[in-house]
Amino acid sequence: MDTYLQRTAMWYGGVGLLTAEVLRSLALPPRYFRLIIVEIEVMGVRSLGVAATAAVFTGMVFALQSAVNMARFGAENYVGPLAALAILRELGPVLTAILVGGKVASGITAELGSMKVTEQIDALRTLGVNFIKRLIVPRVLAALIVFPLLTVLADVLGVLGGMVIMFVERGADMWAYWNTTVYWVLPRDFLMGVGKSFFFGAIVTLIGCYNGLSTTGGTEGLGRATTATVVHVTMGVIVSDFFLTKLMLMIFW
Amino acid sequence: MRLRARAQREPGPPAPAAGGLAVEVDDVRKRFEGKEVLRGVSFGVERGETLVIMGGSGSGKTVTLRLVAGLIRPSSGTVRVFGRRIDDLGEEDLLPIRRRMGYVFQGAALFDSLSVLENVAYPLREHTSLGEAEIRARVRHFLSLVGLGDEVLALLPAELSGGMRKRVGIARALAPEPQMLLFDEPTAGLDPTNARLVAELIVQLRGGVCDTAIVVTHDLELARTVAERVAILIEGRFAALGTLPAVLGSGDPAVQAFLAGEARGTT
Repeated sequence: MDTYLQRTAMWYGGVGLLTAEVLRSLALPPRYFRLIIVEIEVMGVRSLGVAATAAVFTGMVFALQSAVNMARFGAENYVGPLAALAILRELGPVLTAILVGGKVASGITAELGSMKVTEQIDALRTLGVNFIKRLIVPRVLAALIVFPLLTVLADVLGVLGGMVIMFVERGADMWAYWNTTVYWVLPRDFLMGVGKSFFFGAIVTLIGCYNGLSTTGGTEGLGRATTATVVHVTMGVIVSDFFLTKLMLMIFW
Repeated sequence: MRLRARAQREPGPPAPAAGGLAVEVDDVRKRFEGKEVLRGVSFGVERGETLVIMGGSGSGKTVTLRLVAGLIRPSSGTVRVFGRRIDDLGEEDLLPIRRRMGYVFQGAALFDSLSVLENVAYPLREHTSLGEAEIRARVRHFLSLVGLGDEVLALLPAELSGGMRKRVGIARALAPEPQMLLFDEPTAGLDPTNARLVAELIVQLRGGVCDTAIVVTHDLELARTVAERVAILIEGRFAALGTLPAVLGSGDPAVQAFLAGEARGTT
């Protein structure tokens, strides 16, 4: 038990120290900007399918379930705003962070972990290269751009998915659905979700990077680190979502 | 072919006086998770000298080399490189000092997604403003120093033999024209022909490219070829340190046991 607590404390401490290192190393030399573009392509463009599919189907399922149950109270007209609020505030940013984050972070862990066990990171250090600036900061900066953009995409597709399924399955009037939605949903509902996605992007990437950099034990250790990353990312997003929600409600509501 | 442009742009620590100590290690101890790997190691390396550190597996040879490169910090004791204390420096402050050293890893540690050309060019692209043509010319020059030609330029590390990988690793370490080279088991895993080639290469490098070196090995033949002084590391301590004939004649039973191939590291 003591060892488990010690390992957990060391993990949190390590992620904290890495975050501090990243903040200290944010000023990148111009030649590293190209790396940010590459990472945006790797993280964002290659995750479009996952983010879009998850968003559309989540929107459809949420609207359908809400419609069936809210009809019992005669409140089916409010499915649009309910689904939109849920998607914009929670489902869009959280599902995107968990799905895309799991994929992105485990990829980062595998790549950095492989570099660690084959001494390529030490090779960078011996060549006088700041590996935080070269390997970590471009990924974090790319995530700060990619996650909000993917969240906006997920928001749009989720709301549209809900609207379409209400029209197809429940015969809802699409104009009425849309008008009710935009009447009840405020810009800050949308901004709250997008604001969270910045934090999720940073959390996901830092977890992936830290687990990669702390990989030990060869290829077996690399497998363990990659699996752990998926769990850590999921838990990290869910737990931080609660605190971010609480904080944002305190500040903006 | 010296990279004067880089040296002028980046002040870094002062260069040692000719004949001064390039490395000073004083009473260094290193523990990993409670296990003491180095138990008070002290030595110095003169500028222009090649020191070979020998010892069995797990005796702390690589740990010593990594301490000199600043890749790890000692638990206690001091490490000075080029006259500057490095054991208390942060990563950012160590970078200019590391640029004056080349490190050849046991497994070469080549960047596996980059070609041979890109691997050797890497430090030049990072630390100089040389044009593409000049970088290519320098890469060819350093590859020719290690006996490799243009045919390997486009190959990936996975397409190279173990000996070729090791030589590309040496070329990459030489590319920034360091003042000191650190070799970690340069002949490990090589067949006798390649091992001899690498040993001869280390001797050739002392003829002008880089005249100061620390070589970590358990290969006595390599030590005979390249060493000016030899240190025998047994159980985290130097059991002998001196010229090869002096070390070979040491009366220490542990040294004799190691040299006879009987010693095994226990840390």
